Amino acid sequence: MDDAIRGATRRDVVIGGLAAGVACVVTVPARATPESMKTAIHTVVGEAPVRKGKVKIEVPSLVENGNTVSLAIEVESPMTTTDYVKAIHVFNEKNPQPNILGAHIGPRAGRARVATRFRLADTQTVVAIAELSDGSFWSASADVIVTLAACLETL
Amino acid sequence: MARALINVPPKAKRGQVIEIKTLISHIMETGFRHDNNGNPIPRDIITELSCTYNGEEIFRANLYPAISANPFLTFSTVATESGTIAFEWTGDNGFHETASAKITVE
Repeated sequence: MDDAIRGATRRDVVIGGLAAGVACVVTVPARATPESMKTAIHTVVGEAPVRKGKVKIEVPSLVENGNTVSLAIEVESPMTTTDYVKAIHVFNEKNPQPNILGAHIGPRAGRARVATRFRLADTQTVVAIAELSDGSFWSASADVIVTLAACLETL
Repeated sequence: MARALINVPPKAKRGQVIEIKTLISHIMETGFRHDNNGNPIPRDIITELSCTYNGEEIFRANLYPAISANPFLTFSTVATESGTIAFEWTGDNGFHETASAKITVE
């Protein structure tokens, strides 16, 4: 056996392993965090309080392929000219960016429901916030488990 | 040219809530992926869909890279009068696409 290898102490090996671990962490691209989601939500709602309720998220709780996840948001509202949903915003915690969708509707929608398909990079919580015509904000959240992540893979 | 599919009921009763489905072919490249050489692939997404009913805006959506390839969106509107429902998609690199559908309201 060659001297260099025999000369490597247990400490060298441990330090080397740690360095390799750090290198891996550094190469992972920046991701949205619960904090960046809070910031994104703050830019939409401002200082107004966000209450739980009125909003329903339809999303599968277990997703095999994060590249296309079906999503529907429905808000309880009479949708009259005086009491209606102005906008529906959807956010996530762990994709590279916290925003998913911002849908602007109005009394002419008749029903406050929007559906789309979106990407999930990791197992995480999805948050939907509805802005009502009286200026109040209502939210709901859903946990989604993802087995094949989207967004970050190479070609 | 991107292929857009829209689904609007051709006929509706006045005051009925109708569902509108839209699908457009687009890669929705997130800008967070890398090619085989490690070079970042630039973002190329549709950023907005707006929908007008006889010229009046009834729906507008801001899309982000988290929306899947070939963006699919459904929403609803109240059938108020016969006319045209027009759709307009805009996005990165000057992307622009329009579509429209006629509706008869009885």
